[in-house]
Amino acid sequence: MKKAYDVIIIGGGIVGCAVAFELAKRGRSDILLIDKEYLSSGATGRCGAGIRQQWGSMLNATLAVESTHIFETLEDYTGYDRSCGLNQSGYLLLAYTEKEWEQFQENLAVQHSLGVDSFTVGLDENIYQYVPHINTAGLYGATFCQKDGHADPFHCTFAYAQGAKKMGVDILTYTHVDQILAEQGKVKGVLTDQGEFSANTIINCAGGWAPGLAAQVGDEIPVFPERHQIMVTEPVAPLGADGKYMPMVMSFSRKFYVQQTPHGSLIMGIGETEPISFNINSTWQFLEKCSKVVTDTLPALKELRIVRQWAGHYDMSPDRSPVIEFSPHAEGLVTICGFSGHGFMVAPRTAILVANALCGEDDSIDIKMFASSRFQSGKLLLEPSVV
Amino acid sequence: MADQTIVCRCEDVTREDILAAINAGCRTLDEIKRVTRAGMGPCQGRTCRNLIAQELAKIYGISVEDVLMPTFRAPVEPVKVGVLAQAYQEEEGENK
Repeated sequence: MKKAYDVIIIGGGIVGCAVAFELAKRGRSDILLIDKEYLSSGATGRCGAGIRQQWGSMLNATLAVESTHIFETLEDYTGYDRSCGLNQSGYLLLAYTEKEWEQFQENLAVQHSLGVDSFTVGLDENIYQYVPHINTAGLYGATFCQKDGHADPFHCTFAYAQGAKKMGVDILTYTHVDQILAEQGKVKGVLTDQGEFSANTIINCAGGWAPGLAAQVGDEIPVFPERHQIMVTEPVAPLGADGKYMPMVMSFSRKFYVQQTPHGSLIMGIGETEPISFNINSTWQFLEKCSKVVTDTLPALKELRIVRQWAGHYDMSPDRSPVIEFSPHAEGLVTICGFSGHGFMVAPRTAILVANALCGEDDSIDIKMFASSRFQSGKLLLEPSVV
Repeated sequence: MADQTIVCRCEDVTREDILAAINAGCRTLDEIKRVTRAGMGPCQGRTCRNLIAQELAKIYGISVEDVLMPTFRAPVEPVKVGVLAQAYQEEEGENK
């Protein structure tokens, strides 16, 4: 096996694999991608798998809209021979207060400026055309976007990885990066449990573990891991209107989301206050609380059975937006993390942004605004609409 | 076992599907589960887990007990969402 590369990518989640693919596409294919387990074994493979364009900040909406366009043709885009499981069954977002509803109106304006077909849904008979089983008690308003939906995080990651491999990228799994090696302010390579590998550029896509690796060269990135739990039901016939799958139903104030996947199962989670921790153990308390919160809005789900639960990390940044840090301490090190629970759905466009920057190509988004210096300067990338 | 034998009955996964996943580079049960859905159904892999472990052991030349098992988590058997929601409400009531 080769010991010297142009680029080393740490982390085989959707971000690492998409960055590998986009760099290789631009001619920088002398890449080694390393994961401590298998591809998608971290946060990517544990995520809720939702794809949403109904964002509140122009930045997140832009990243999500342009990423969705790529998800729509990801198999062709990467040359993948299986399905990436995209199902655009829509997102129904619920507002429970007047203030939340006002925010939704602002969000719609942002979305419409980007060409997103999102709209207000009336609380009379109209809402039942999207979610027949919804309990509208306490509801103030709702918005819907049909092009939002669900994709398979495993297959999307494998699609990028396979595409990258075809262009010459090497992938090393079950290999732990112990140390980022730097000398005289410049990266040299990485030390792993399979030996040392050298590179001119190191891209740190290790999710919750990324800040710890970056700290080895002196970078301080205020991103912390936080456990989020999920549970899933047995598969059932489509629960939406007209034989369609039930769209994602989501509330930011009641802090829950629930969506029927193309497999027929319903996947759901709630926003809970969690300590900073790498703990991803599942709890029985979560099963009970999530069941209560979700069935307050969707009582019909009481009849379904939960078959499985799991947990993963959100890599939380102070303003809930990603950090893309070109290391001020070790030239050649780029850390990409802090996606705060929505990395999967914005990864395709984020990878293009990073690849363009590393290949000297122009981009309509200014990558500098993602630097962690924004937490000192106060130029935050705030997002009003997250669970 | 024949290639068309159903290994995971909940998700209709055949031995052929399992072998294809292993040929594509899967090294553990967790990887095979993610690619094929084997073990994700109502029984949570009670039957297929051991059968797939045998295939992995054979191909990689290791013993079955050295094949990494996926994490075992609650619930042991499927539980109705309504039963769980009811339990939450009752416990909340006791805490008040």
